[in-house]
Amino acid sequence: MVEPYLVMRGMCKSFPGVAALDEASLEVHAGECHALVGENGAGKSTLMKVLAGAVLPDSGVILLGGRKVEIRSPLDARRCGVAMIYQELNLLPELTVAENIFLGREPRWRMGLLNRVKMMEVSRNWLARLHQTIEPGRLVRELSLAEQQMVEIVKALSLEARVMIMDEPSSILTDRELEELFHLMKTLKNEGLAIIYISHRLEEIFRICDRATVMRDGRTIATHDVRAVSQGELVMQMVGRALAQIFPVRDAPSAEMALEVRNVTSRPRVKNVSLYVRKGEIVGLSGLVGAGRTDLARAIFGAQPIEEGEILFEKAPLREHTPHEAVRLGMGLLTEDRKAQGLLLNMTVRENVTIANLARIARYAFVSKSKESALVRALAEGLRIKTPSLEQGIGNLSGGNQQKTLVARWLFTNSRFLIVDEPTRGIDVGAKAEIYQLIVELAKQGRSVLLISSELPEILGLCHRIYVMRDGEIAGEFSAEQASQEILLATAMGVPLPAGPSTP
Amino acid sequence: MKIPERMRSTEFMIFLAVALECIVFALLSPSFRTLNNFVNVTLQIAIYGILAVGMTLVMITGGIDLSVGSMVALVGVSAAILSKQAVLSTEIMVLVAILAGLAVGMISGAFSGFLIARFGIPAFIVTLAMMTICRGVVFLITGGFTEGDLPASFGWLGRGHVWILPVPVVIMAVLFGSGHVVLTQTAFGRHVYALGGNEEASRLSGIRTHRVKILVYSLNGLLAGLAGVTLAARLGAGAPNSGLQYELDVIAAVVVGGTSLNGGRGSLPGTLAGTVFIGVLGNGLNLANVDPYTQKVALGIVILTAVWLDRIQKQ
Ligand SMILES: Nc1ncnc2c1ncn2[C@@H]1O[C@H](COP(=O)(O)OP(=O)(O)OP(=O)(O)O)[C@@H](O)[C@H]1O
Ligand SMILES: [Mg+2]
Repeated sequence: MVEPYLVMRGMCKSFPGVAALDEASLEVHAGECHALVGENGAGKSTLMKVLAGAVLPDSGVILLGGRKVEIRSPLDARRCGVAMIYQELNLLPELTVAENIFLGREPRWRMGLLNRVKMMEVSRNWLARLHQTIEPGRLVRELSLAEQQMVEIVKALSLEARVMIMDEPSSILTDRELEELFHLMKTLKNEGLAIIYISHRLEEIFRICDRATVMRDGRTIATHDVRAVSQGELVMQMVGRALAQIFPVRDAPSAEMALEVRNVTSRPRVKNVSLYVRKGEIVGLSGLVGAGRTDLARAIFGAQPIEEGEILFEKAPLREHTPHEAVRLGMGLLTEDRKAQGLLLNMTVRENVTIANLARIARYAFVSKSKESALVRALAEGLRIKTPSLEQGIGNLSGGNQQKTLVARWLFTNSRFLIVDEPTRGIDVGAKAEIYQLIVELAKQGRSVLLISSELPEILGLCHRIYVMRDGEIAGEFSAEQASQEILLATAMGVPLPAGPSTP
Repeated sequence: MKIPERMRSTEFMIFLAVALECIVFALLSPSFRTLNNFVNVTLQIAIYGILAVGMTLVMITGGIDLSVGSMVALVGVSAAILSKQAVLSTEIMVLVAILAGLAVGMISGAFSGFLIARFGIPAFIVTLAMMTICRGVVFLITGGFTEGDLPASFGWLGRGHVWILPVPVVIMAVLFGSGHVVLTQTAFGRHVYALGGNEEASRLSGIRTHRVKILVYSLNGLLAGLAGVTLAARLGAGAPNSGLQYELDVIAAVVVGGTSLNGGRGSLPGTLAGTVFIGVLGNGLNLANVDPYTQKVALGIVILTAVWLDRIQKQ
């Protein structure tokens, strides 16, 4: 049998109050795609950060190609041929694509001046190899998240990585982009790279990965050949209990209007959009990345200006078009980009939950910390946020638990109308079912939810009604009964609808 | 060493440093450990302390205000001129002068805040411009001459005592106390930290970020005004050159106190310790007959060390 290219053995790492890694081990072969699965906070990212030199382990050995290596910094990792695409993207928004790719090792002319020509050329070649049409001269700030991720991958490849770690790359991609990513991963595999793939979507793992290692509470508890294991078994090992992941049954919405959007245009990506959401209704917003769904959400919420049209909330026109007013009226927006638009990284879990509604716990402008802690504790327990304490800095939580904290923020405000943009991004299978439950529960209480999601099963399983956006316009509206994956996709891409009656 | 909580321990370390510093100077020079000198040091620190309270708020939001030194001069001079007008009785004129001085400071601050919030111009640039504008105006209205001979009642603000404590010290103490309560106990304080941590996330949480910014710069201006009238009262004059480079010393004190230049992190107890540390350093070195140039070098080293220790601790 061939020696594994990468071996990690007995890795331990403790943070104050948490044993993030507890004797974790991992073996990955060259030319293999190896999945790492586990609940939120199981230690997947930490194990990979150790490999990438971002976290120093308390103990443990790492072998690469049979040789023991010391990885004490990201630079060491790069020298050893390890590259990591982080859960939260890490590009510099004000630099161009090419500058980001070559950050820290810019090619120079003999005089010592930057060789932009070469930077652009090499970047363009790499992008072309991956069938990307991103122009290397563009600023990263202008790119979509999916495009930014491609830039990260190109950056890793151009560093001649032998081990490529991808921490939940798929959570920000649409189906089509995912296909591209998979295609790319196959190419990389054939070139002999060892790929470590973290994802909470098990279907993906069964499609693309060769083996899967399950983590729980900082330990690696089993490694399976994916052809020899079922999804159910994996889930069972991850969460320690069987899980029937079904969408809960929803009630019929009331006839009363919660939100009406009339002919709203918000340049550049929202054009003449009209839609409505009733009380107690879950409405889906489907479409490809870049179709303008997030911009529409921001426009409704007052986070970006609208040039034309009007928005009525509970039958009254908005007095003032700002997020402050939206929150005051009872709206909430769970943003897609957690790090840039959601998290207050300098603050604790407790403070992150209450920030949107301090009035609820304030008396004459003074915040009551005891009341605050009690309310937040109840929410955190309900959502099973895994943290040693509510006073933990939010940056120290795992990705999925950060997301749950942001969900808690809007539960804390008691929003009557919630816009959720990719709400289950980075959330494990167990917690996902809980979030679905929660959304349906909110609707049953007469609240409304506008759900933006790139996961079609999620949209189909939860929504009463679905709008499909394409190029900033509403391209179609379907009831839950009419809609199917094929129909939504065809509408999103602008190809003729599949013939015949929709699937029942 | 196990450190329980990051914020608290930063402050703890600075207080420890202050204590050590005092012990060293007390051993070095007998004149340092007199009650007289103690009162002297606190009096010297007071003006910087008043300014540092406002600067801490500004810097927690991720901003900076370079104009406070010039504002001190502008306010001092305006108040001095006003207090000498014989329109009403002297006592009333002094009161009017002080209130007008505070208003001048607050309005300048509000103006900076407005430009920064509304048009997104970097705070560094706006307040740099305000710094030269205010200083220029001071010289325009005084012609470069000091406005002396202030009414005696004006002097109380700078030279009076409450029990045995000098009035400026009392003002500073009250400001640190109430400022600390505002930052840690009120919704506004939370908003200030949130704004410094992530402006966009704050805005999307319904915080009126523009308003918070303008408010913070206005408060800072108000405190600069207070420092201005207090200084004028202490000197018994409004001097066009007063407050020169105060902004740098104040920023240094705030940074030594553990506030991050990137915003989102910092506290008033830390700032108090930073201010005291730098104040005592100057006083102690003076008494130990260290020349002013060497003192400057020492101050620079202190700033670098503080920032360096902060870095290490964060890792
Ligand atoms: N810097 C840190 N300080 C304190 N605790 C940390 C730190 N980094 C991670 N942790 C804790 O270690 C545990 C493992 O976190 P990790 O990010 O590895 O989880 P994960 O498996 O990647 O989860 P997710 O699927 O949610 O991304 C969590 O309980 C987390 O709170
Ligand atoms: Mg993770």
